[in-house]
Amino acid sequence: MQHKRLVKDKLVRSIMWLSTIFCILLVILIGLALYQKSRSILAMKSLTDLLFSSSWHPLKGEFGFFPFIMGTLWVTCTAVVISVPLSFFTAIYLSEYAPKAVREWAKPVIDLLAGIPSVIYGVWGILVIVPLTKDYIAPFFGKHSAGYSVFAAGIVLAVMIFPVIIHVSIEVFRSVSFELREASWALGATKWQTIKHVVVRKALPGIIAANVLGFTRAFGETMAVLMVAGNVARVPASILDPAYPLPALIANNYGEMLSIPLYDSALLMAALILFVVVLSFSILSRFALVRVERGSE
Amino acid sequence: MLSKKIEENIFKALMITATLIVLLSSVFIIITILIKGLPAMNLDMITKTPKGGYYLGKSGGILNAIVGSLILTGGATLVSIFFSLPVALYANVYADKSSKIVAFSRVSLDVLWGVPSIVYGAFGFTIMLFFGLKASLLGGIITVALLIFPIMSRAMDEVIRMVPQELLNSSYALGATKFETALKVVVRQSLPGILSAVLIAFGRGIGDAASVIFTAGFSDRIPFSLFEPAATLPLAVFFQLGTPFPEVQERAYASALILTIIVFLVSIGSRILIRRYSKHVIK
Amino acid sequence: MEPTSHINVQDLNVYYGNTQALKDININIPDKQITAIIGPSGCGKTTLLRTFNRLVDTVDGIRVTGKVFVDGEDIFDPKADVTLIRKKMGLLSQRPYPLPMSIFDNVAYGPKIHGIKKKKILEGIVENHLKIASLWDEVKDRLHEPASRLSIGQQQRLCLARGLAVEPEIILADEPTSALDPKSSLYIENRFRELRSEYSIVMVTHILRQAKRLADYIIFLYLGELIEHGPVNEIFENPKEERTREYIKGVIS
Repeated sequence: MQHKRLVKDKLVRSIMWLSTIFCILLVILIGLALYQKSRSILAMKSLTDLLFSSSWHPLKGEFGFFPFIMGTLWVTCTAVVISVPLSFFTAIYLSEYAPKAVREWAKPVIDLLAGIPSVIYGVWGILVIVPLTKDYIAPFFGKHSAGYSVFAAGIVLAVMIFPVIIHVSIEVFRSVSFELREASWALGATKWQTIKHVVVRKALPGIIAANVLGFTRAFGETMAVLMVAGNVARVPASILDPAYPLPALIANNYGEMLSIPLYDSALLMAALILFVVVLSFSILSRFALVRVERGSE
Repeated sequence: MLSKKIEENIFKALMITATLIVLLSSVFIIITILIKGLPAMNLDMITKTPKGGYYLGKSGGILNAIVGSLILTGGATLVSIFFSLPVALYANVYADKSSKIVAFSRVSLDVLWGVPSIVYGAFGFTIMLFFGLKASLLGGIITVALLIFPIMSRAMDEVIRMVPQELLNSSYALGATKFETALKVVVRQSLPGILSAVLIAFGRGIGDAASVIFTAGFSDRIPFSLFEPAATLPLAVFFQLGTPFPEVQERAYASALILTIIVFLVSIGSRILIRRYSKHVIK
Repeated sequence: MEPTSHINVQDLNVYYGNTQALKDININIPDKQITAIIGPSGCGKTTLLRTFNRLVDTVDGIRVTGKVFVDGEDIFDPKADVTLIRKKMGLLSQRPYPLPMSIFDNVAYGPKIHGIKKKKILEGIVENHLKIASLWDEVKDRLHEPASRLSIGQQQRLCLARGLAVEPEIILADEPTSALDPKSSLYIENRFRELRSEYSIVMVTHILRQAKRLADYIIFLYLGELIEHGPVNEIFENPKEERTREYIKGVIS
């Protein structure tokens, strides 16, 4: 009897260990599979050519990713620039100043926002943000825009990543010990001075992590940007111009993928680029976080 | 010291403005979907599949997508539980705190969490090509399972981590093996939290389009076999919106509303479970 | 000669929700002496201490009635400026809480928020108060390192320097040596003896021997009530109240 229990235990342990290894393997597998598929196009053109050329004509065999990379960067950066300060101030307000009642229902509302699917954001973007950009924002600056633009995509993405950044930021602020705040108050500091000099400082590594999380989410978003960014394969010259981020490129063209030579390899290489960036960011931010924590420890 | 006061008030105003903007955006989105979706809602939408000419404005509904999404995401969630639960249990019950494998797996899960869903779609596609699988329910299930695996694992990990070590120790002291402890003590203790993690992952999976765009295909019929293509709600919204016919676009809004309602129900369900969990945890 | 009082408490009552933490406290804290507040755990010692710098304000659901006069002004007057009141009080907690900044910035923090900006002046303040806290020699070469790298005894001395840097009149100490090793405890106790000539010190302690050797004046609290108070010798040799006698003998603890 005893023997049976121990064997069971060992067996289950192995299964669990395998599952854990699976996590690590999966990362490697994804990288390898995408790389394998990209090899055809990497064999045909040099990496610099692919990454920096602006010429995208699949039928002619030209695959310059530059406009898409730039499109992704423009859109993501716009989203981050809008979202970071708004999320930061909202998180401070909700965790330090808001009355309990406000906090009790504001947090769930924001968390609910986190669950809304990308497509729904896209619908909202098309119905509200695109016309807003075309009819009000662009003329306000004396420019012309089709509405489908970096700006529209940036706003939609910014709203999308609010809940991620805010949720983690609030947790980080609340984790700063109460006694530390008291130590500052006891010296005669006001609530705001304490928040500014002590709480935010202590929370900084976590806040940075929260924002990196938001950046990563915005970077890989597909459906919402697909629907409002405009999808024109040119490097955007301004925020009111359309853009064609990498995820949108892949999603839009999967249909033609197999019928044009090298197209599938090109699109999978685009996926590989996304994967590599996210991988590097995750690992870098982990290291940076450990470093910052050790520095202020 | 007046400048102190002024500074504090400026920032307070900034904070309240920011919070209002964030909260109003959420409300704005929900209201937009309601306003556009409700008028187009009718019983047909949820009980019929698209008949011929549906995309040109003729009759039918999106039952194909509703059922397709539910089966696909449900299947993906079940598959994912088989991997996520062992990972979370291993990390918190079996392995030593300093285990390198667990550390690596946590980093890997972080990476996987950040991988865009379109990349999962592309990866799923390559796997399917490799096995000669066509765009189908099975392809979608595998891909979405991969997508939601890190989300479910992380949520489960957080929940199971909360089980105090003393509870585990009391179980070991009675002579139980790690497996018995894991099952009878840890899982039982964290059950609401685990279920909540499952729901969270389900909610994420059902709303995602990029992962299924290559891998599940689309169909006007309810899938009866794993190897048939399956329609999904997000894609149904997307395709209907893309037609030039206003009647079909209206239906897109109604479909969006249906999807949003499902996601909300799942989200509220997971929240109720987490609240129940926190009440009964032995501290 | 009656010692002059620095803090004058009148009819102080403190309630946490439905529980009454302090009942009808009337006491004068003598000026430029070490006053020890003693009593069993949970009897309101810390609450009383924190009333003096109005840190009790930060607790949810707290209600305070009565008056506390410091230098003749009621600190619970709604018009009173809390930050200036707190500036008058230096707080030393049970466990040190260094601010997340360098050693230098920790000490300079107080003066900076109260308006001192000139670098030279700040440097002088930091050096001066680190010397008073007996920490200068150990940290003078690493002033810009994070304060968290110091040992716990050094951190407590840093907190003392930090608290003194705002030039308070009164030092409030909440079991300041209970988390420290004997050597660091000795340091703190010696500093207190020296500081007594310039500051009034109010100290909460549960170590009776510490109260006996350091304090000039004793306040005994039991279950939120002021049982007895007086000069240290009187209390320890001739307590008037039954409960005081029992506590000092160790019967109630």
